[in-house]
Amino acid sequence: MADLGSASIPPAGPDDHVRGAGEEGVVVYADLSCPRCAADWPRLRERPGRLVFRHFPVASKHPRSPALHAAAEAAGRQGRFFEMVDSLYADRGRVDDPHLWERVEQLGLDLDRFEADRRSAEIEARVRRDFESGIRAGVTSTPGVFSL
Amino acid sequence: MIAVGEQAPDFTLRDQDGEKVSLSDYKGRKVMLVFYPGDFSPVCGDQLSIYQEVKPEIAEKGVELVGISVDSFFAHKAFQEKLGIDTTLLSDFEPKGEVARAYGSYLEAPLGFANRTLVLVDEDGKVAWTYKSPNPGEFPGANIIFDALG
Repeated sequence: MADLGSASIPPAGPDDHVRGAGEEGVVVYADLSCPRCAADWPRLRERPGRLVFRHFPVASKHPRSPALHAAAEAAGRQGRFFEMVDSLYADRGRVDDPHLWERVEQLGLDLDRFEADRRSAEIEARVRRDFESGIRAGVTSTPGVFSL
Repeated sequence: MIAVGEQAPDFTLRDQDGEKVSLSDYKGRKVMLVFYPGDFSPVCGDQLSIYQEVKPEIAEKGVELVGISVDSFFAHKAFQEKLGIDTTLLSDFEPKGEVARAYGSYLEAPLGFANRTLVLVDEDGKVAWTYKSPNPGEFPGANIIFDALG
């Protein structure tokens, strides 16, 4: 079992999802089913500097969240992580599997690979890793925003 | 706030299913009492949802979480279902807030509900650790629980 006692957020690493550039910026712990995250997302993504996205799915509250985070991560394996995130936040009413497949087609992704990746233990562990780092950092609601 | 080392006051309250639950039922086990202001308030929902996500890790430490508020057990049932959680919720309903008062958690009128407080009761029924939020609008992250459990 992971140690979930208090710790600072991990610094941005090579396998983090990063948008923008510069020394300044924010780390955002977000839930892809969270309405507050969706409402804040346009402002967050337009702010200057780097944005580091970290997964924080609260499955009990948002049962679809784990699937959406896995989908975003799977899209990321094909280089389209933020495009998937943008699309999910922009259309929160269409997040069932057929809607994900539509997005895969629109983004020009390999569907078979996407399907295999999003159900993989590796991606589940990758999402959980972010979630646990948020727990250790004391995230109590989403979006949880920290300065870099 | 009740002091560490004191015997935790026993109580018998109804859970979300209307069943009577006593603190003494947990003798021989550790239990974390999570006092919170009320069902269906935004912050309370966030608190119990976040704790739900790490319940297996808390259980791994040999601790069971139990929520307590002044709401009726009918409200607790609906709240539990709304949040999709399975944490036991106890109803400190009548006399209102009696258990919260016994633990020094109750916020008197005009508030009339428990502050966000955590009380870890050990296997012998003694208070092993406590946490009190600065105000009811803030809740301790799950990391604080893990810090306490070591």
